[in-house]
Amino acid sequence: MLDVTANSTAPGAGAGAAASDEPLLVAANLGKSYGRLAACRDVSFELYSGEVLAIVGESGSGKSTLLQILSGQLTPNTGSVSYRMRDGVTRDLATMDEAERRFLFRTDWGFVHQDPAMGLRMAVSAGANVGERLMAVGHNHYGKIRDTATSWLERVEISPERIDDAPRTYSGGMRQRLQIARNLVTEPRLVFMDEPTGGLDVSVQARLLDMMRTLVSELGLSAIVVTHDLAVARLLSHRVMVMQGGRVIETGLTDQVLDDPREPYTQLLVSSILPA
Amino acid sequence: MNAPTYNFAYLDEQTKRMIRRAILKAIAIPGYQVPFASREMPMPYGWGTGGVQVTAAILGPVDKLKVIDQGSDDTTNAISIRKFFEKTAGVAVTTSTGEATVIQTRHRIPEATLQAHQVLVYQVPIPEPLRFLEPRETETRRMHALGEYGLIHVKLYEDIARFGHIATAYAYPVKVNARYVMDPSPTPKFDNPKMNNSAALQLFGAGREKRIYAIPPYTSVVSLDFEDHPFEPYKHKACCALCNAEDSYLDEIVTDNKGSRMFVCSDTDYCETRQSDGHRGSENAAPYAESANA
Repeated sequence: MLDVTANSTAPGAGAGAAASDEPLLVAANLGKSYGRLAACRDVSFELYSGEVLAIVGESGSGKSTLLQILSGQLTPNTGSVSYRMRDGVTRDLATMDEAERRFLFRTDWGFVHQDPAMGLRMAVSAGANVGERLMAVGHNHYGKIRDTATSWLERVEISPERIDDAPRTYSGGMRQRLQIARNLVTEPRLVFMDEPTGGLDVSVQARLLDMMRTLVSELGLSAIVVTHDLAVARLLSHRVMVMQGGRVIETGLTDQVLDDPREPYTQLLVSSILPA
Repeated sequence: MNAPTYNFAYLDEQTKRMIRRAILKAIAIPGYQVPFASREMPMPYGWGTGGVQVTAAILGPVDKLKVIDQGSDDTTNAISIRKFFEKTAGVAVTTSTGEATVIQTRHRIPEATLQAHQVLVYQVPIPEPLRFLEPRETETRRMHALGEYGLIHVKLYEDIARFGHIATAYAYPVKVNARYVMDPSPTPKFDNPKMNNSAALQLFGAGREKRIYAIPPYTSVVSLDFEDHPFEPYKHKACCALCNAEDSYLDEIVTDNKGSRMFVCSDTDYCETRQSDGHRGSENAAPYAESANA
C-alpha cells in the first residue's frame, strides 16, 4: 500500500524545502503537429510549486493540445516534459513507463475536464467517485474512505447528505465541484484544468472560482488552467501565457499581461471583454 | 453409439488444439483471460457454449462426465449437455461427484471436496469483472495488465453505501494468485472459499465473449473485501428439508400461495447421497416412517 498522505507532507520537510527551488514542471520546445497542421509549436516554460499558470487564447490556438501533452496523455513530436516527483527527482515523462505515468496521473496529479461527465463516473455515487482514487492506491477501509469523502464534499460545498446520490442527479455546478473533490482527494501537487468553468452560468462560475482559489491557496497547489475566459485567468492565476496559432506569443505576470498587453493579439483579447 | 458423422466430442481436432493451447496459457497465467477463437456450437449463447467447448477439448474416451446446472443434475441444460457428449463422444456419464473426472457446471461448485484427478469446467456469461464499471475493453485490459484494481472496490463500496453490507451475492470478484482480479462466473459467493487452494483444476469458458481462464490446482483465490466489511459467504439460515444438511448451499422453494417455503440442497448429488446414508430432513421423515410401519 502506498502511503500518499505521508508523502504529501514532504514539502515542509528538509528535502522538500531544498528541492522546491527547482521547478515542478519543465516544458522544453514542445511541438505537436497533426499532418501539416501544427497544433503546437516550440512551447517552453517552467512551473514552480504553488504557482498557477493560465493558458489563454481563442479556440484552435493549441491550448488543449498543449494541456494534453503536459499531462502525458499525448506524445509531443518534439521537445520534452519533465516533472519533479515526490522524491525530488526530476524525470522526463517520455522515459517513464505507462504504469508509472498512470500512477502519477491518479495520485500526484489531478485533471479537471470541462465536461464533468468525462472526469466522473456518472452512474456510481458521489462518495465512490471521491473514494475511487483512494481505493486505487490501496485504501481498504470503508469507514475511513467514507469519512474522507464526506469531508471533501463539505470542502467543495456539497451537502454530505448527497453522498450516496449519483452525479447524474447533480446540477452542472455541483458536478464540477464533485470532479474537483475527486481529483484533490489524494492531495496532488499539480492540477490540470481544461476550461473548468465552461458551460456554467455566471453566478455558478463565480462561486466555483472563489472555491477553487481558496483550495489552491490552502493546499499550496500548482495548477495549469486552460481557459478562453480572461476573468478566470485574472482570478486564479499568477502567470499568463497567451497562445495564438500554436505559438506562445506573450507571457508574464497576470496583472501585467492583462492590464498592459504588448502584443496586438493580446490587446484584442483584452479589449474584447464587454465592460461590466 | 458414436455418430459416425461427428469427430470425437463434436469439435474437429484443429479446433481442439486451438482451445487446448488457450487452456494451457490460461493455466500458466492464473486468472488471466485468454482470448480464443470460439466456435458456433449447436446451442444458443448463454446455454454454456464456452463450457462445452472447453469440455470437448479436454475430454478423453476414458473420462467420466458429470454436468450440473445450479447444482442439479436433472435440469434441462444439464441433461442436454450430458446427452450431447454421450452422443458425440460416447463417454461414460455419471451424476456422482466422486466418480466424475470432468464436471461441467453452471454456477455451482459441488459440495463434496474435489480431488486432484478431477477437472471443474465453468460456463461463464461475462468473464470481465470490471465490465459494468468500465465499458471499454481496451481500458479494462490495460487495467488488468497494470494491476489497477481500485475500480473493483468501487463496486463493493457502492454495495455498502446502498445496502449497508456487501450485497453482491454471486459473481463475487476474487483475486487469483495475488495478481489478477477474476469473475468466478455467477456462482454464489458461498462457493468462493471452495476455489481457494482446490486440488482440482478449474477451467472457465466464455463462448460468446471468446475468453478462457483458469485456476490451477492449489492456487490462492481471495475474495475481495474491506477491512471493516470482511467477506462473508452467504447462505439461508436453515437446514435442508430432505437430508437435514447444515453445511450445504440451499435453494428456496415456494410451496403454496400462502408464503410457505422449504429449503433443499442445491447440490442434488450431495443431497441424495446423504439421504441414502440415512439422513432425514423435516419434509421426508413422515413418509419414510409410514412405510416403515406398514
